[in-house]
Amino acid sequence: MIEWTADEMMTVASARTLAGARTCFVGIGLPSTAANLARKIHETGLVLIYESGTIGAKPSILPLSIGDGELAETADSVVPVPEIFNYWLQSGRCDVGFLGAAQVDRFANINTTTIGRARQPDLRLPGAGGAPEIAAHAGKVLITVRHSKRVFVDRLGFVTSVGFGTGAGDRERLGLQGAGPTEVITDLGIMKPDPGTRELTLVEVHPGVTVEQVVEATGWPLVVADEVATTPAPTENELSALRKLHADTKEAHSARS
Amino acid sequence: MAEITSLREAVNELVHDGDTVSLEGFTHLIPTLAGHEIIRQERRDLTLVRMTPDLVYDQMIGMGVARKLVFSWGGNPGVGSLHRFRDAVENGWPTPLEVDEHSHAGMANRYVAGASNLPFAVLRGYQGSGLVAESETISTVTCPFTGEELAAVAAVNPDVTVIHAQRADRQGNVQLWGILGVQKEAVLAAKRVIITVEEIVDELEPRPGGLVLPEWVVTAVAPVPGGAHPSYAAGYTTRDNSFYSDWDAISRDRDTFTEWMDEHVLDAELDSKGAAR
Repeated sequence: MIEWTADEMMTVASARTLAGARTCFVGIGLPSTAANLARKIHETGLVLIYESGTIGAKPSILPLSIGDGELAETADSVVPVPEIFNYWLQSGRCDVGFLGAAQVDRFANINTTTIGRARQPDLRLPGAGGAPEIAAHAGKVLITVRHSKRVFVDRLGFVTSVGFGTGAGDRERLGLQGAGPTEVITDLGIMKPDPGTRELTLVEVHPGVTVEQVVEATGWPLVVADEVATTPAPTENELSALRKLHADTKEAHSARS
Repeated sequence: MAEITSLREAVNELVHDGDTVSLEGFTHLIPTLAGHEIIRQERRDLTLVRMTPDLVYDQMIGMGVARKLVFSWGGNPGVGSLHRFRDAVENGWPTPLEVDEHSHAGMANRYVAGASNLPFAVLRGYQGSGLVAESETISTVTCPFTGEELAAVAAVNPDVTVIHAQRADRQGNVQLWGILGVQKEAVLAAKRVIITVEEIVDELEPRPGGLVLPEWVVTAVAPVPGGAHPSYAAGYTTRDNSFYSDWDAISRDRDTFTEWMDEHVLDAELDSKGAAR
């Protein structure tokens, strides 16, 4: 049997969720890795849109920042930043928004602003970036982040970007046009919002991970589906595509420095 | 007409204590060396504006140039935190830093409003976000046609906008291409404009996807080859990814940071072409 790491499983599981999507507004980091892997394994012409204004970027290596030259050079079109948010995201042209997060609560709301008091925080995080409007306007939202109690917290001190707010009906009340988060993919498993309550529910664990492990790594009493599936293990094709992407990236960056 | 001058003179004449200053650049074309010149000339109490403050703003904040930061994402792209920014917000070192945090969409539209001579911009955004309660520049407006409530953000009109571009001609017309970010809007929203360029040429040949800012919207042009480092200027330089990684260790500690700034910024002299040595 081929072996893989928890991070590889997370990235492969994330990439699989993009099957059939046409346009994806991509955050940098884990989402970008997964979205680029999705381009390699699905071959359905997934259009990657980065907030730097690059539409249809086809990088052969993983970008370190949302403004790497590789993104602009391989894009179908490069537009100014106000345009990318107004004409391409706010207009509802992005099927999927793919986000990372510093903290997530049970309704898939995201904090990337501060931990502690807002004005004099214990920890100043990088800030909102494109996420509030991606979370609002993308047809649906995927969140990928490593699973721990520091990330999945009982209560957010600050809500930067809204998932389901306070629960069922809140997105509609706030006038958010997209469907909101449909999956939260971690290195332990996959959570989906309950269709009724909108609370995140554990529906899948990755191979070798127990339900108890996921519950233990979550900062609130995690709701567990009646039947928890096991994520299909990464295929050889998926793993080799991901590893090639990482190897090519490493080689390109060491050649440049 | 734009004056072609040195970076030192441009900063000396156009950037004043207490100004609202925007050094824009979305990963590409970041005017790093212009920021260093502002540090060397010891400007104080600046309100710094930028969508994506990264290393140069970390340096300016750590050197005590800024009183306030208006921004939407402040980090070291692909690496992690900005330690000087965090130290200023969390511990008030070297001076307290007020923040006005927006989303990217909000900031981009604030510049659009500023460039359009409008007091505010309208967007669908911020619904349910905690940012609304923390910012005095986010509100709502009711559409007079549909009655729909929408987000309103105050215009940004910097006293000075500083950008880096690939080249200018001898009249001061400036050409840039590649990822253009929000630079056009930041320039047109500003009262005064400083642009550093890789080179001055006799004639600007057209570039696909390029943008020309006519000399009459630019106050000063200064040749500063490599002025975006560790960012890059497409067609001239490449992004110095390893410096972004190195910055994490340099900036983590106050003393290490101060020593690095002393050696590489304060003691650096600009050569005849404008680049720091």
